[in-house]
Amino acid sequence: MSDSYIGKDVIRKEAWDKVSGRAKYNSDYSSPNLLHGVLVCSNCAHGYIKRLDYSQAVNMPGVKKILTGADYSILCGSIIQDRPPLAVGKVRYYGEPVALVIAASEAEASAAAVRVVVEYEKLPTVNSPAEAIQAGAPLVHDYLGDYKHVIPEVYPTPGTNIVHQVKIRKGDMQQGWADSVCVIEGSYLLPQADHIAMETRNARAEVLPDGQIIIHSSSQAPFGIRKQISEHFGVELGKVVVHVPLVGGAYGGKAAVQLEFLAVMASMATGGQPVMISNTREQDIMASPGKIGLEARIKLGADAKGILKAGEYTFLLGTGAYADTGPRMGNSIAMNCTGPYKIDNVWCDTYCLYTNHTYVTSFRGFGHSSLTFAVERSMDKLAAAMNMDPLELRRRNLITPGQTSPSQVMMTPSILGNVPACLDKVAKLINWDKGARIRLDNQRIKAKGLACFWKTSNSPTDAFAAAIISFNSDASINLNVGAVKIGPSTKTTLAQILAEIMQVDINKIHVEMEVNTRTSPHHWKTVASMTTFMVGRAVEEAAYDAIHQILSLAAIVLQCAPGDLHMSPGRVYYKDDPGLYVDLADIVHGYKYPNGHTIGSQIIGRGTYVMSRLSPMNKETGQGKTGPYWTPGAQAVEIELNLADYSYKILRAATVLDAGKVLNPASARGLVMGAMGMGLGLGSREYYIYDQEQTLQNSSLRTYKVLRIGEQPEYLVDWIETPHEASAFGERGLAEHGILGIHAALANALSEAAGVELDQLPVLPELIWQKRKEQQL
Amino acid sequence: MKEMLTEGLIYLNINGEVRKTLVRPADTLLFALRERLGLTGAKPGCENGDCGACTVLVDGWPVKSCLMLAVEACDHEITTIEGLNNTPIQREFVEKFAFQCGYCTPGFIMNCQGLINIHPDASDEVINEWLQSNICRCTSYEEITAAVKSALNTVNNDPVS
Repeated sequence: MSDSYIGKDVIRKEAWDKVSGRAKYNSDYSSPNLLHGVLVCSNCAHGYIKRLDYSQAVNMPGVKKILTGADYSILCGSIIQDRPPLAVGKVRYYGEPVALVIAASEAEASAAAVRVVVEYEKLPTVNSPAEAIQAGAPLVHDYLGDYKHVIPEVYPTPGTNIVHQVKIRKGDMQQGWADSVCVIEGSYLLPQADHIAMETRNARAEVLPDGQIIIHSSSQAPFGIRKQISEHFGVELGKVVVHVPLVGGAYGGKAAVQLEFLAVMASMATGGQPVMISNTREQDIMASPGKIGLEARIKLGADAKGILKAGEYTFLLGTGAYADTGPRMGNSIAMNCTGPYKIDNVWCDTYCLYTNHTYVTSFRGFGHSSLTFAVERSMDKLAAAMNMDPLELRRRNLITPGQTSPSQVMMTPSILGNVPACLDKVAKLINWDKGARIRLDNQRIKAKGLACFWKTSNSPTDAFAAAIISFNSDASINLNVGAVKIGPSTKTTLAQILAEIMQVDINKIHVEMEVNTRTSPHHWKTVASMTTFMVGRAVEEAAYDAIHQILSLAAIVLQCAPGDLHMSPGRVYYKDDPGLYVDLADIVHGYKYPNGHTIGSQIIGRGTYVMSRLSPMNKETGQGKTGPYWTPGAQAVEIELNLADYSYKILRAATVLDAGKVLNPASARGLVMGAMGMGLGLGSREYYIYDQEQTLQNSSLRTYKVLRIGEQPEYLVDWIETPHEASAFGERGLAEHGILGIHAALANALSEAAGVELDQLPVLPELIWQKRKEQQL
Repeated sequence: MKEMLTEGLIYLNINGEVRKTLVRPADTLLFALRERLGLTGAKPGCENGDCGACTVLVDGWPVKSCLMLAVEACDHEITTIEGLNNTPIQREFVEKFAFQCGYCTPGFIMNCQGLINIHPDASDEVINEWLQSNICRCTSYEEITAAVKSALNTVNNDPVS
């Protein structure tokens, strides 16, 4: 076929559904017999539940049942089982669900929910990761040692708030410091924040008379839901069916299983009736999991030429009241702790700590955006200390093939990509050579900041994906995979891969958008920017499987060997004489001879892919490989700071990503720009504000500010395309990466402009004012 | 506004059709559209007027349907995303990759459609002022701005479309 689908701006398959209001999300379903569950959330951050009285609520109109933590004694969690779906005995964060009111309508459930009376005996709170690790800190979990570990590689310290720790020990630190002539240290603070998917999290469940549990959820992890529900409710895995239609934004926040437990409990408590639970925006922010908090200390040593000789890293990761995937994010941060730099001597201690804040789960970048902030602020400090151009310092230290990562993975071009090429290109995009700091007048300063990043996934070593393709009699193809359709054009990109390999018109590929765990082939989770890689490999294999079947059947029809034949759009022809062919439509449901005899039947291709040669991190050294390859990149931000009031404009934001082969450039560009926008929001305004009682102050979109239209800078995006050899057409994941270094670049630019070290997020004008005041500037 | 003290029948003029539905006095227009009439294009995002995902047109003006009672909407002409059919703004949203997950899209498109109707000559400032009432968490907004500008251009050059 002359027209390739690879590298083309193919419009999303579901585009017209989305612009016509026909696209169906989970909460778009309604039915007169659907019951509604409404959560009663704690208004106390840490305290014993002294009294929980729902006697007034239970007699309200429409109320069917009220559940509390006393009704189901289960503890859930994907790594360590520490979280009751409804609080038992005590609450550990403001917003924690303590009761669930089930009624005939949402209005009736809401009216009753405010009549549930809960009284708490307040306990001292743990307000930050730094407080959590202090000896004698209040304990968020009194029985940490008793919790069941879901994976073996989690190391809690009972009697403390440490739910997990991970170490990196590489090289010889004494030697590293001895070789250093310049040593800098920095401390960094990144508060928790929220995903703010526009569709709040919601789930409904129905328990059928034969015990089957049917769940519909807005989730990134339908197969994860199935596993956890099966285990906790003692129902055979195959009897749990999870449906996920289109998902209205997730960014990692919908990989956690939370409302699904409550919906199942609610259905069980009401005789198996279908029950829907849908977060209000306020609940979505305060009750459902958010983004990690991070307190970091980094010490770097370099020789006279600026070559990094030693790096010492301490990361205190705030996982909130429950662990969820916090421990795995701790691993993820430790594994890539140096950023994309070569350092032979590395010492890293990462602690995952409980606090009395909203618990956390994966967030775009899986810890890497927080990590990158600390690393890249440190690089700018080192450059300043050495009186060196920050671009040049980075150039001299970027990791290249032949060197090893902190967890001692040997880098190759395929595994790593080309980091120096990303940095050079971004420097050109932002015109770094025109000056990093320009005084415009006595009030305004223009400045630029840089950041480099890298990321690989932190996946279970047996994570796999699968694909099924089946032919219709018109030679069109149904593509069925277990990946969820969220924002990225994943399913369209998979169709591009399939169309390219099978040489079929992409309009003849029909992609099933919904996931149904009973009929869709398995996929680990739609997370970690790994879906196009993992499912893409499965689709590739399924395509070759189908081609093999088609050519074998066509060979009989055309009386030749399969190898004599060639697939082309709509037909299979004899290579020596293209005039000799059979139409695909005449063969994909079997070939019928004129006398009625038929050979073959429906062509169904299958493919699977499990990531190879992954190993968990060693407990003492961190050695291990938890992801198949890295996607690296470099970013730059240009700002204009007004010294009168420390307000600033973000003028330009640039990303160059080594994304391997970019399969759908328009879609990829959109993802990278959107991720930059999210990162600039986190950099400039977004965070959870807690008062002294650890009450969350900004749980609505009126008080939790996000970037709005017109506030965005000019975006610049470009690519380096070093193929990842094991991926379909050499692609690398790119959905998260635009966020990773962008707030580091922003803080670097603002630090440069303001002449002070801005080492925490978000960088509000007040912070700049405060820092300058401290410095008497 | 129709006066109501208890649940009762109302008639709403939606997308050129008169639709009959049962509502409570406290039910929002968003609730009536989605739960009573099956028009689920308008989305709840905050139910507090902050995000714009539920935007519909009322007499041609964008209104957050979570902030309007269903009874207030009687005697007005309501247009929802389901009432648009292959309009320039829909085509431009598709062409310019102006959405990803698509959840905020109906609200954005309705606001854009209102803008196109009322300010066909909108300046950049007017576009920003109007569209700041909506949140998109996936795109960078650059694509949405490009789509609305392109649609304004199309409409101005060919008013029939």
